Amino acid sequence: MSAPTSRARAWRGVLTTPLGATAAVLLALVLAVAVLGPVLWTQSADAVDTGNILGAPSGEHWAGTDNLGRDIVARVLVAGRLSILLAFAAIGIAIGVGLLLGSAPFLLGNGRAARLVSAGVNVAVAFPGLLLALFFAVVFGVGATGAVLAIGLAGAPTFARLTQTLVAGLAGREYVAAARVAGVGRLRILVRHVLPNLREPLVVNATIGAGSSLLAFAGLSFLGLGVQSPSYDWGRLLYDGVGSLYVNPAAALAPGLAVLVAGLAFNLFGEAVAKGLGVTELTGPRVRRPATKAAPEPDEQRDHSEGRPSADVVLEVRDLKVSFAGRDGQLRPVRGVSFSVHRGEALGVVGESGSGKSLTALAVTRLLGDDATVEAERLRLLGQDLLAEATPAQRRLLGTSLAMVFQDPMSSFNPTRRIGRQLAEVGTEHQGMTRAEAMARAVDRLDAVRVSDAADRVRQYPHEFSGGMRQRAMIGMGLMGSPSLIVADEPTTALDVTVQQQVLDLLSAIRDADDLALVLISHDVTVVGEVCDRVLVMYAGRIVEDLATADLATAAQHPYTRALVAAVPDMATDVSEPLATIPGRPVGPADTPAGCAYADRCPLADVRCRSEEPPLERTAAGGRVACWHPGGEPDVVLAGPDLRRVER
Amino acid sequence: MSATTTPIGHAAPAGPTSAGPGADAAHPRVWERPWARFAVRRLGRLLVSLWVLVTASFAMIHLIPGDPVRGALGPTAPADLVAARRASLGLDDPILVQYAHYLRSLSTGDLGTSLGSQLPVADIVGQRLPATLLLGLLGFLLAVAIAVPLGTLAGVLTRRGHGRRTELGFTTSSIVIATVPDFLLGVGLVYVFGVHLGWLPVAGNESASAYVLPVVSLAVGPAAILARIVRVELVEVLDADYVRTARAKRLAPWKVYLGHALPNALTSALTIGGLLLGSMVAGTVLVENVFAWPGLGSTIVSSILAKDYPLVQAIVLVYGIGVLVVNNVVDVVLALLDPRSMIRED
Ligand code: SF4
Repeated sequence: MSAPTSRARAWRGVLTTPLGATAAVLLALVLAVAVLGPVLWTQSADAVDTGNILGAPSGEHWAGTDNLGRDIVARVLVAGRLSILLAFAAIGIAIGVGLLLGSAPFLLGNGRAARLVSAGVNVAVAFPGLLLALFFAVVFGVGATGAVLAIGLAGAPTFARLTQTLVAGLAGREYVAAARVAGVGRLRILVRHVLPNLREPLVVNATIGAGSSLLAFAGLSFLGLGVQSPSYDWGRLLYDGVGSLYVNPAAALAPGLAVLVAGLAFNLFGEAVAKGLGVTELTGPRVRRPATKAAPEPDEQRDHSEGRPSADVVLEVRDLKVSFAGRDGQLRPVRGVSFSVHRGEALGVVGESGSGKSLTALAVTRLLGDDATVEAERLRLLGQDLLAEATPAQRRLLGTSLAMVFQDPMSSFNPTRRIGRQLAEVGTEHQGMTRAEAMARAVDRLDAVRVSDAADRVRQYPHEFSGGMRQRAMIGMGLMGSPSLIVADEPTTALDVTVQQQVLDLLSAIRDADDLALVLISHDVTVVGEVCDRVLVMYAGRIVEDLATADLATAAQHPYTRALVAAVPDMATDVSEPLATIPGRPVGPADTPAGCAYADRCPLADVRCRSEEPPLERTAAGGRVACWHPGGEPDVVLAGPDLRRVER
Repeated sequence: MSATTTPIGHAAPAGPTSAGPGADAAHPRVWERPWARFAVRRLGRLLVSLWVLVTASFAMIHLIPGDPVRGALGPTAPADLVAARRASLGLDDPILVQYAHYLRSLSTGDLGTSLGSQLPVADIVGQRLPATLLLGLLGFLLAVAIAVPLGTLAGVLTRRGHGRRTELGFTTSSIVIATVPDFLLGVGLVYVFGVHLGWLPVAGNESASAYVLPVVSLAVGPAAILARIVRVELVEVLDADYVRTARAKRLAPWKVYLGHALPNALTSALTIGGLLLGSMVAGTVLVENVFAWPGLGSTIVSSILAKDYPLVQAIVLVYGIGVLVVNNVVDVVLALLDPRSMIRED
């Protein structure tokens, strides 16, 4: 199995990070002091020198001497073992009791008693450890034993909660369920199947816990409630040293420093291990390299004047590329896309997921995160260059002339703000409205998108809206300004079938009414075919075909377009035929081949297709297509079952 | 705009009308119900916790092995004095009678009499509580005042695709700072500013400047933890769809960060921050002892050492109630900030 090796690699990874390595060295040092300290320095730690009481630091006594003239440094080194042993004892109790309490709900079979236990644990977790420790210190009496019990029991709720969560997670696993069905007892399941899986998280948390209990112990001893004379741990030394802070500060600072270093060693090591083992991906994306001027792309798409007056052009995109810094160099999921959208036009963009259609939409609207690099020869909205630095003027233009509709209306509204305020924001930000004016406009806009009782609903939170309502409100938000372009990215995918049509109709109605341009992105050819005039078909980050919607069913040129159409029952001619699916998988940006990206799935692919990428060229029908054999042998391509046979 | 008059939804044959899907959600009665349920549940949980707390503080004195009065008065105390004290504390009654008596006196505000000073415990607590409250409150405010701007800044600087190094540095230093226990920081501060530089008073609360060191010692650790939480939450929230929506509205970046992302990040940060606030209640105990702060924290330690159990019992109870109140206030604030949190909790 690969599990042990990957585990070993993770551990090695932990130790090779700067943080992990430092922590490991510190921890080794602390443990070495704990083991060797009393052996090496007990004598000098106990050597009373009445001639040098509370002496200042000197060459002989680096941190001076205490009230009996004993060497502070030696005492700190000797105290390490007791401090750490007590911390270990306490954490041992915490884990033991925690495991017991944490697995109790599972053993008790999740009944009433189990719920009582977990409720009790939840209450106790909310209680600060020190308060619990004080409580137990009273009960068990002042002294080391009492303090160990106190800190141990005070730490138990945290481990109980951890165990409870982990056990609950594991209890749902299939093999546990299988064992239950097979009649294996709960205790046996717990010991055999559940507890072994808790080892790693418990070790990590025990390490951090050991650090915390070390510090807690120092705290109790510092209060005089922990270790009592003549024994001493770091906290006790600190307690004694603070009393003479003005005479010899080093007597307090030295044990303080020791506690700090030891606590840090445990905590940092625990954190480093937690991070290293929890996150499998140790090397995240690197800092983005400056965009290098690469050799011209093979699919460089040159000027395509659309033969329409340019004053009509709302959006103009030329040679758009989007890349991300991946682990193995640049990934380019959008590889040179050019198109324009005219006033009153509805443009559809279809493709499978991963074709780059949504990235194109986000790049064009300048909404991609900073981890993406967007390059283009030209990117203009209403003649304004969107590639330039964002100015307030550009923000206003985008804020009022461009409306966005996103896929998931559930997550696209801010859950903590009222709907009305979220709409009104556009008005106050870009249109110089007062809050009241903006709110009135928000009501009006919600009305416009047919949200009933708009005046009441502006005061509601997003979770009080249904999915369809929210998507309407999202469209309404876009209409707060006076948009020239609506970009809708899968606007119906997340919605109930019954509401999908309403949202599409609403979008169409808005476009018709105001002569707006609409870019509708969808994986669904039917949706696009219904609403749009023109369709861009995208595959592997490129446009492979650009055609009028009317031509989709009958005059598509690209094999991929035809396969998409064939996959839709009511657009292909014969409904009785079995539904065709496109065989094979789409290629991702990491494995884009040299030739035509579709070649592996294409029934017409030949040698040239596999070596040379076809350019996007004009067709006789006024569209564009990127294929070496456009329109070739449509019969074979359109018949679904044939497609499968060719591929297998 | 003429879109307002265009009939829409005509193509949905069997589907609900456009007013259909969410109409019932608009009904006020439904809207109110989560609040009521939330309040009832909260109150129930608070009462149960309170009962557990009171019972625990009552049980404490009975869990102590041996005779607590003999322990408090010392082995040399005459037997009749011990017996008299036991009788006055009611320790010879049946346990249920004692319990009933304890509850009854608590409800009248009677916390018993200190074994040491013979003063009413309620008076001592009342005298000492304000100093502790003030210390805790100032510490919390300072922690928030440090953590929120710092965490926000770090979050913005380390949002997706940014500042790997900054993130590592920030996370590491916040872990390191959070590890420094408040009492050690206190001792260090006393050394630097009190002993070495002599700038600030190191004990008591007589002057305003005396507040500086205790409040700082109390606040720094929690501030580091809170800043870390705020950063993590903010980075996550900055990736949320609704932040993209806010950006799509082309709000000024600071409005996106502070107006849309931060409140949501703080809502989640508050959940963990509540526990932090509770632990600050405990933090005051140690800090008070470093700075000889005349609050409950120094009193509880001296009374534990003196075995003045009625006083210990009362102070434990007061701290416990403090933690309960803090946790519940946090939950209520959370519900106000994010109405969904009321529904979320099962
Ligand atoms: S270029 Fe070749 S492989 Fe690509 S779609 Fe056209 S025919 Fe198929």
